[in-house]
Amino acid sequence: MLNRRKFLTNTAAVGAAGFAALHFTPALAQDAPQIQIFVPAAPGGGWDQTARTIDQVLRSEKLISGSQITNVGGAGGTVGLPQFVNQWKGKGNSLMVAGMVMVGAIIANKAANNLTEVTPIARLTGEFEALVVPAESPFKTAGDFVAALKADPTKVPVAGGSAGGSDHILFGLIAKTAGVPAANLSYVPFAGGGEALSALLGNQVAAGISGYGEFSEQIKAGALRLLAISADKRQDGIDAPTLKEAGVDVELFNWRGVFAPPGVSDDDKAAMIKLIETMAKSDAWATECKNRNWTQILLTGDDYAKFITEDTARIGAILKDLGLA
Amino acid sequence: MDTLSHLAHGFAVAFTHTNLLWCLVGTTLGTAIGVLPGLGPALTIALLLPITYQVAPEASFILFAGIYYGAMYGGSTTSILLNTPGESATIVTALEGNRMARSGRGGAALATSAIGSFVAGTLGTLGVAFLAPTVVKYALKFGPAEYFSLMVLAFITVSAVLGSSSVRGLTSLFVGFVVGMIGVDLQTGQPRFTFGTAELLDGVDVIIVAVGLFAVGETLYMASRRYAGKDEIVPLKGSLYMTAAEWARSWKPWLRGAAIGFPIGAMPAGGAEIPTFLSYAIEKKLSRHKEEFGTVGAIEGVAGPEAANNASAAGVLVPMLTLGLPTSATAAIMLSAFQSYGINPGPLLLTTQANLVWGLIASLFIANVILVVLNLPLIGLWVRLLKIPAPQLYAGILVFATVGTYGISQSPIDLAILYLLGAAGFLMRRFDFPTAPVIIGMILGPLAETQFRRAMTIENGDWTVFFRHPLSLTLLTLAFIGLVGPHIWAWIEHRRRRGPEHVPGDA
Repeated sequence: MLNRRKFLTNTAAVGAAGFAALHFTPALAQDAPQIQIFVPAAPGGGWDQTARTIDQVLRSEKLISGSQITNVGGAGGTVGLPQFVNQWKGKGNSLMVAGMVMVGAIIANKAANNLTEVTPIARLTGEFEALVVPAESPFKTAGDFVAALKADPTKVPVAGGSAGGSDHILFGLIAKTAGVPAANLSYVPFAGGGEALSALLGNQVAAGISGYGEFSEQIKAGALRLLAISADKRQDGIDAPTLKEAGVDVELFNWRGVFAPPGVSDDDKAAMIKLIETMAKSDAWATECKNRNWTQILLTGDDYAKFITEDTARIGAILKDLGLA
Repeated sequence: MDTLSHLAHGFAVAFTHTNLLWCLVGTTLGTAIGVLPGLGPALTIALLLPITYQVAPEASFILFAGIYYGAMYGGSTTSILLNTPGESATIVTALEGNRMARSGRGGAALATSAIGSFVAGTLGTLGVAFLAPTVVKYALKFGPAEYFSLMVLAFITVSAVLGSSSVRGLTSLFVGFVVGMIGVDLQTGQPRFTFGTAELLDGVDVIIVAVGLFAVGETLYMASRRYAGKDEIVPLKGSLYMTAAEWARSWKPWLRGAAIGFPIGAMPAGGAEIPTFLSYAIEKKLSRHKEEFGTVGAIEGVAGPEAANNASAAGVLVPMLTLGLPTSATAAIMLSAFQSYGINPGPLLLTTQANLVWGLIASLFIANVILVVLNLPLIGLWVRLLKIPAPQLYAGILVFATVGTYGISQSPIDLAILYLLGAAGFLMRRFDFPTAPVIIGMILGPLAETQFRRAMTIENGDWTVFFRHPLSLTLLTLAFIGLVGPHIWAWIEHRRRRGPEHVPGDA
């Protein structure tokens, strides 16, 4: 069994009671480098999956000989970020996975560190959001939804993820565009995707907002109706307009990307950008993204840094409107 | 009939040599991680996710299912023997289980929990196989209003663990509320009681609180009175396994526990802890040996909650397999494993991936059998732990609790909290405050709060929703009867017996 060695390594880590967050693979080739990936979230979530997929693809493409993944979870990444900034400083072979959720968490938690302190490498993927209603809902289009919102926002409870997260931010942006004061919105936050979904299937809320992937199977099965998606353009195989096409001028990707620690040399930074670019253009990466409903939105180096500045401003403004910052 | 043929096909998938091996590996690993307070099935499966790149989907899900069920078995062992719950669903088991262990019936407590887990796990798995589509339809009828009323009903449990003084018990309960509120408020995103500490933003893990109050507090208390009085642990009294009387007292709680655990587990926000609370309260009410609760340990108080937590573990699989709804951390990670195979879990999973789903269900039956076979002979070994002299045993518990807590998130802050709570547990024990209400308050308080505020948001502040929804009204009525009923009954009894002699003005 090929997996035997890896499996046993993992099992031993688990057996060693607690230091199990390490995942180490023996070197396969001498010339390819080893990298270290820092995940500021617990194993299993979106950032962790991104890290493990990066590791998997980089190894299968023989771009690295192995990687070590460290998880430090908590509070939208704001527990892990200070560690990455202080203890990983100058380590040229290291990456941190983070994304839009961390931008929001930094603002909402008034965190001491922020993303200007780390070195932007690349924005890799994004998940666009979906606005859905239960199959029995009277809303047939995004226009119906916005009209109801304008009439009386308190009568349109919308389910989504935690307060101040990407779902809440999109709802705030939609309301803002429609001229509805964000403070009047009736947003019902749920901790996990499953709970929000069951509130929709049980017809307990008027609409729901979450990553498209959370809803896709329910939409296919006809249990939910998709009103609009927050992508920049129509998507193959998805029979719904973008919010922009539906007359709501909002575009939002829950993006995820990678950062190097502060204080890395320009050479290390350039090499890391090249490594990630090569990976992002591989077929193996494309397949993984397709399987996981991730849209590729590659942006590297300085363009990425500029994007983060803009996104931070946009998210900061809407969180303020929602009363969270 | 259709279900039976699917199930037969599932057994054909599960009964291959490699898949049986994966099942054995999973159950063994699951039992081991269940024993450790810090490692839960969710984290373990997350760490094993990379194997999905290498083995067939059936094999990895059989492995994951084994881990999931195994952890439920393992969690009770340390609850009973060391008063150190390995999982939040086994906290209630420690209440009576540890008392039993101290009075020489540790073997019986472990046996009733293993066999009860087997019975309830098998019943629950049968429920998954045959009733899933029906159960899920009812489970979805539960909205925030219904959940809130369910929490109100579950609060009745508190009355079963209040101890001798209601004031002290309620004080403990409110301490639990405060601890439960630490962290970012889900509804508004604002931090509460975190005092600027980033590590507290996600709240305090209930396992740390349970281990701190129960295990560390107990250890400190023992150390303080080592030479003052006697509190000797009796290693073993009577037979290793259960006596005929203990069998007779166990089987009804098993069945009741399964009947409570499965439907609540199937509810999207039900969880595994609430059924154990409810089961404990019911068993205490119905038991003919009430004097054993909280003193020498009543076997009903172990059998019921243990059955309830295993049945609820099976219940969690209902929304996951029928609708693709992950309703627990473990289910969410299993669903992400589906995705790495390019399978999108959803309402069509049962039809598009019949092989996988039925193979999984069949392996759950096998895992249950393996687990009971694996655990029963181990009881003899486990109870020997209690023969360790008290100083060494308690030192060991302290080390075990510390390592396990550190394992949860490798955070030194968690250790500080553990010892702070340990000190609190010691003081509570010293001044006779019960510790169990703290845990109940901590779990139920925030849940009730969240559901209440969700219901208010949806209904735009109209609180009559709790009485307008029939299900919610029913639950509230049950809670009312549970709370007031015994008092009225006692009062009537009292009047009937002594009434005539005490008529006022009757000279």
